[in-house]
Amino acid sequence: MYKIVRKENLGSSVVQFDVEAPKIAAKAKSGQFIIVRLDEQSERIPLTIADYDREAGTITMIFQAVGFSTNALKTLEAGDSILDVVGPLGTASEIENYGTVVCIGGGVGIAPVYPIARDLKEAGNKVISIIGARNEDLLFWKDKMAAISDELLIATDDGSAGIKGFVTDVLKSVMDRENVDRVWAIGPMVMMKAVANTTRPSGVKTIVSLNPIMVDGTGMCGGCRVQIGTETKFACVDGPEFDGHLVDFDLAMRRSSVYKTEELQAVEHDHQCRIGGIGKCH
Amino acid sequence: MPLKAPRTSMPAQDPAERSHNFKEVALGYTAEMAKTEASRCLDCKNPLCVKGCPVEVDIPGFIRAIVSDDMSGAVDVLKQKNNLPAVCGRVCPQESQCESKCVLGIKGESVAIGRLERYTADWDMAQTFKAPEKPEPKSERVAIVGSGPAGLTAAADLAKMGYQVTIFEALHTPGGVLMYGIPEFRLPKAIVQQEIDYIRALGVQIEVNAVVGKTVLVDELLDTEGFDAVFIGTGAGLPNFMNIPGENLNGVYSSNEFLTRTNLMKAYDFPNYHTPIKIGKKVAVIGAGNVAMDAARTALRLGAEESYIVYRRSAAEMPARHEEIEHAEEEGVQFRLLHSPIAYEGDEKGQLTKMTLQRFELGEPDASGRRRPMPIEGDTVEMPIDTVVVAIGQGPNPLVPHSTEGLELTKKGNIVADEETGVTSRDGVFAGGDIVTGAATVILAMGAGKKSARAIDAYLNAKRDQ
Ligand SMILES: Cc1cc2nc3c(=O)[nH]c(=O)nc-3n(C[C@H](O)[C@H](O)[C@H](O)COP(=O)(O)OP(=O)(O)OC[C@H]3O[C@@H](n4cnc5c(N)ncnc54)[C@H](O)[C@@H]3O)c2cc1C
Ligand SMILES: Cc1cc2nc3c(=O)[nH]c(=O)nc-3n(C[C@H](O)[C@H](O)[C@H](O)COP(=O)(O)OP(=O)(O)OC[C@H]3O[C@@H](n4cnc5c(N)ncnc54)[C@H](O)[C@@H]3O)c2cc1C
Ligand code: SF4
Ligand code: SF4
Ligand code: FES
Repeated sequence: MYKIVRKENLGSSVVQFDVEAPKIAAKAKSGQFIIVRLDEQSERIPLTIADYDREAGTITMIFQAVGFSTNALKTLEAGDSILDVVGPLGTASEIENYGTVVCIGGGVGIAPVYPIARDLKEAGNKVISIIGARNEDLLFWKDKMAAISDELLIATDDGSAGIKGFVTDVLKSVMDRENVDRVWAIGPMVMMKAVANTTRPSGVKTIVSLNPIMVDGTGMCGGCRVQIGTETKFACVDGPEFDGHLVDFDLAMRRSSVYKTEELQAVEHDHQCRIGGIGKCH
Repeated sequence: MPLKAPRTSMPAQDPAERSHNFKEVALGYTAEMAKTEASRCLDCKNPLCVKGCPVEVDIPGFIRAIVSDDMSGAVDVLKQKNNLPAVCGRVCPQESQCESKCVLGIKGESVAIGRLERYTADWDMAQTFKAPEKPEPKSERVAIVGSGPAGLTAAADLAKMGYQVTIFEALHTPGGVLMYGIPEFRLPKAIVQQEIDYIRALGVQIEVNAVVGKTVLVDELLDTEGFDAVFIGTGAGLPNFMNIPGENLNGVYSSNEFLTRTNLMKAYDFPNYHTPIKIGKKVAVIGAGNVAMDAARTALRLGAEESYIVYRRSAAEMPARHEEIEHAEEEGVQFRLLHSPIAYEGDEKGQLTKMTLQRFELGEPDASGRRRPMPIEGDTVEMPIDTVVVAIGQGPNPLVPHSTEGLELTKKGNIVADEETGVTSRDGVFAGGDIVTGAATVILAMGAGKKSARAIDAYLNAKRDQ
């Protein structure tokens, strides 16, 4: 069991947990992820390691309650425990002094981009961070991001914070005025695709972090396979970070929606349990 | 009892019924059946059957005990050599091992050794649990990587010798393929769980959610975590794909994913359990080994209207156990032999809708002695299909081999280890099971675990004496 030592609501649907997991905290590197299983019935949910405290032996996870499992996770409070947490999984980000890097976090993607931006800064890069979301409620960690960035830029779709527009609009203006050596972009698949398309003409290497549906996270099932150039890769072991210019985003998006009907069924079933329709559900 | 007494058959669930549930197919002997069958054994002075068993179970010994109503004696004899008899009695390929050597088999039918083994183990499990005796403890600590049959056996044997043993398992549940691969209807998970409980009662610590190579490295186990030896039994956990067009469409599963979702994550009980699986009406499983049969039979139980085995050779070359093929046929699995997919196509949502099959004919025997399948130029057929399960074998998972210093590997990425001892190129590191041999059998993995336990004991004794 892995105890939640701190819970913070970062908006109406985004939650932060700090969880006791000393072995993972000791090993975690930016770019890696964990898989959690809430209870015996739960599916295995991959979440990025948003931060870690090696001394306290804790890791930080941030998730958006989007469907059945993440909503169930959201009901836990500080002091509660998660049945299984496994990691750190995946390969770490390639941190070097590239010169000037732009780190883009979209929505809940701000969480995974934070430790990468921090490490890039420590490695001597000039770090320009761009965070964005649909609206201000979905933005978080502005102060944390500002503290480790040379410059922090914000974009929201509705203009409730920062400029009104997409992170790609901000990226374009940055690229117009700066010589950018590398870009990191983590967020919804559509955003990562748009960023990759924005940098493609100039050829600036752009790293994205893919989040396909996973089961084991150790390269055993092949469910997380993604198309990178002409090759099929397993995101859980070969990634989750890949060269955004080589990723087949359309395929990845189609693969992410395979269980849409089942996801709705799970929510519906749970609803019936709660209103007492069926005797014993869980 | 006359020599010609027929082999006692084992009752099974009716095929029409069982193809819709996940309950065990074979129901096991009654006490009377077991005794009748046991009485057929000639109690040979030089029992050939024992030579066919990779762990050398004293077969006439335990059968003799059944005949004389000494069931606890039978259990003792069996458990001397086999830590997981309830598992082996169910899934060992007996027809090519112990039973293939039985003298009765020369002229008639061999003794049903596997069924008797299962009966004995099940009898034992029904008794009130008595904690095993704790041996004189030794100071050395041994780490076991992976909790499949190889790791469990090595752990149990070392614990019985008094070593302090910790198993590190990547998944949230121990058992390896016994838990995540072989389906409930062939090997109930409650049985595997009891075997694991027994191993825990021996004092073995099991650390789940520990991915060696990520959470902890083999080098760290030896250098900083205080272990004196490491046994690697990480299995063959890397799915093979065919690299043909459309293989990444939704609806194309590896057998590992298909079976893990169903068995380990219990997708057959969705939405009570939250992991989904998508199945559709028409399912094709590519391949014809045990794994393929398990997948094809699982598909029917998950609600498929039609389930096919698609295989590029003919019936005679199918590698699955005869009994599994027969069970699959009885349940309604259909066989598309001498066919193999060359491309998949899907709809605008990326969902698989059909596949193109190449037809084959058989040529001359190849290196494996089986006749080589030759594509018939230009002869292809299209088959509408909702779900495909690729079951064409597994390779070694690279996580441990590639994160460990100084481990010699084969070209395919398997760990090079001595067959008799599990000794690897790295001092203090032993390996056995599928990670060494490639995908094989439960009993061979157990045999490797046993031999390594012995070798680890010898290694640690020698070190202590230095
Ligand atoms: C390596 C990796 C790291 C991740 N890191 C984070 C993180 O730090 N924070 C976070 O909130 N989420 C993260 N995710 C995504 C997270 O795992 C999913 O949001 C979660 O599994 C959804 O489960 P659910 O039952 O709540 O929703 P579901 O009911 O399963 O799905 C709800 C919606 O989300 C979509 N969806 C389902 N699974 C995924 C997925 N794996 N990726 C993208 N969309 C999906 C569905 O198509 C659907 O539209 C990560 C995924 C991966 C693979
Ligand atoms: C569907 C299916 C049906 C089968 N049917 C039969 C049958 O009827 N009869 C028969 O004899 N054989 C059968 N087999 C084969 C048999 O199950 C295997 O040969 C046997 O399980 C191999 O044992 P093992 O201990 O080497 O590895 P496994 O059983 O594969 O166990 C390896 C364990 O190591 C863990 N692991 C892997 N990597 C790591 C890591 N980095 N860190 C920590 N842990 C790790 C895995 O999670 C797993 O639990 C079948 C196999 C499958 C897949
Ligand atoms: S362990 Fe397997 S091979 Fe050995 S006697 Fe039992 S069933 Fe036969
Ligand atoms: S060879 Fe057959 S008859 Fe002889 S001891 Fe073994 S099981 Fe009995
Ligand atoms: S999640 Fe199973 S191989 Fe990546």
